[in-house]
Amino acid sequence: MNRKTFQALLVRDIRVLLRNYPDFILRIGVNPIFLAFIFGFVLPKTGGIPESFANIIFPGILGLSIISAGVQGTAIPLAWDFGATREIDDRLMAPINTIWVLVEKIIFGTFQSLAAGIIVFPVAYFLMRDNLNIELTSIPLFIVVILLSSFISASLGMVMGTIFEPMRFAIMFATIIIPMIFLGATYYPWAMLSNIPWLKWAILVNPLLYINEAYRAILTPFVPHMNILFSLLGLVVSLLILLYVAKIGFEKRAFN
Amino acid sequence: MADDQQNILEIYGLSKNYGTSSGESLRAVAGIDLSVFGGEVFGLLGPNGAGKTTTIGMLTTKIKISGGKAAISGFDVAKESMAVKKTIAVVPQSINLDRSLSARENLIFHAKYFGINTQKACENADRLLKVMGLENRAGDYPSQFSGGMARRLLIARALMHDPKIIFLDEATTGLDPQTKRMIWDIVSELNDKGLTIFLTTHNMEEADRLCDRIAIMDSGKILALDTPANLKKIVQGGNIIEIQTDSDCEQLKNWLDDELDGVHNIECSPSTLRLFLDRPDENMIKIIEIARAHGVGLESIELHGVTLEDVFIHLTGKGLRE
Repeated sequence: MNRKTFQALLVRDIRVLLRNYPDFILRIGVNPIFLAFIFGFVLPKTGGIPESFANIIFPGILGLSIISAGVQGTAIPLAWDFGATREIDDRLMAPINTIWVLVEKIIFGTFQSLAAGIIVFPVAYFLMRDNLNIELTSIPLFIVVILLSSFISASLGMVMGTIFEPMRFAIMFATIIIPMIFLGATYYPWAMLSNIPWLKWAILVNPLLYINEAYRAILTPFVPHMNILFSLLGLVVSLLILLYVAKIGFEKRAFN
Repeated sequence: MADDQQNILEIYGLSKNYGTSSGESLRAVAGIDLSVFGGEVFGLLGPNGAGKTTTIGMLTTKIKISGGKAAISGFDVAKESMAVKKTIAVVPQSINLDRSLSARENLIFHAKYFGINTQKACENADRLLKVMGLENRAGDYPSQFSGGMARRLLIARALMHDPKIIFLDEATTGLDPQTKRMIWDIVSELNDKGLTIFLTTHNMEEADRLCDRIAIMDSGKILALDTPANLKKIVQGGNIIEIQTDSDCEQLKNWLDDELDGVHNIECSPSTLRLFLDRPDENMIKIIEIARAHGVGLESIELHGVTLEDVFIHLTGKGLRE
């Protein structure tokens, strides 16, 4: 690997992101913070939902913000890069194996997802603090899960960015991301689906399920959750599948 | 053209097949052979769809080679792509500048992708922006640039890592005549400094004016490869005299055919005669004398050399569509 080239690719992406950092903050922050505000503060205050709901939804808000940041931060720029003008070609012509251009994009997307988690966690906690009981079971495990989930988000973004043209992004959100969020145990714990067994098993294909359930196991262990070992296995398998599909899609787009 | 006659680029049996939606295989490049000398301007001339861009794509590692072999500076394009990428630069047909970066940043980041340190990258960027007349637009973004300015910036970007050969794919297509000439001047200056240039074009004037040697390409095949002057000799009678007359064209054709020497072919349309012939000066005078002797009035008589368009028509039976 050509270290200087890789570094330059990363610096280019960081520079573009920092130049538009207010956009980045708004992009990653608005949706989860409103969710935290409504579900963790307004509705419990008005008696619309039980106060304990904050404990169910907090891990989901974290998972949702990480997956959104990864998909939006990776898929959209990549789709433009591969779009009609092929802006990425200059980077693909750099003296570095094309696979490292893909790795750089995933690492950069992982940073963005990580940053989303780091920004959203304290803000959501602050908004929901009256009704939220965080019982962090393991800091190292929490770090592993936040890294894995960020990595998965960026890989998912790469897959989406290589499959969808920019003009079809609305379709991507409507048919993939929105169902993924609603069927990813974001607003309810997975265990609650025991009455609908077919759905409980069907959503095991959803990587966001393992992200949210892993956060539940680590942050609110008193809420019913998937065994952390199964969640971790689900995270690793999801990551490997997404990385493989991203690699195939990227190479297909990179070489005509 | 520089004196260095060593081959910088060698192609043997290069081919590219694409699958189509109907399941059939489309042969975009059908096994071509050619060599490019170091320091020359080499042109691939052909109509749209001839396989020129596919050829450049394969030579620049962007398109996977289906068959045959290509080597640049001795490096195998398929197997040693890293070394090839360091040796070449590409100015693509479409404006693929990084729209998230300013003009100066486009150049600096390109250099950094090639491992050049920041100080040298900045110096090169400032120098090349000046050479291309873009020094006052250094901080502007590509979206604010006209087509000609963007094209100049693409050339500047290609030069940032000091390549040995530069590939220009339809570099002047869609530009106004003034900007086109400006790009031609830049290409000539770069070549004068020893840079090898490989360009594709469907503009015969561009090919004739810039290229030391030209390969005429159509339907994925090279039909002829030589200097522009030698290519024009393919059309027998290296000169064309075009006559407009108010009299019977066929009658004049017969007289000229009988009385002129060195005429290879005469084409007759209602009021225009086209003669493909040798010894044009001598024959021009004779034509006027023959016409006067037979009392035929000439409205105009014009002499011009064979163009590459004529060569292309001669080889393929069709024109070079703009």
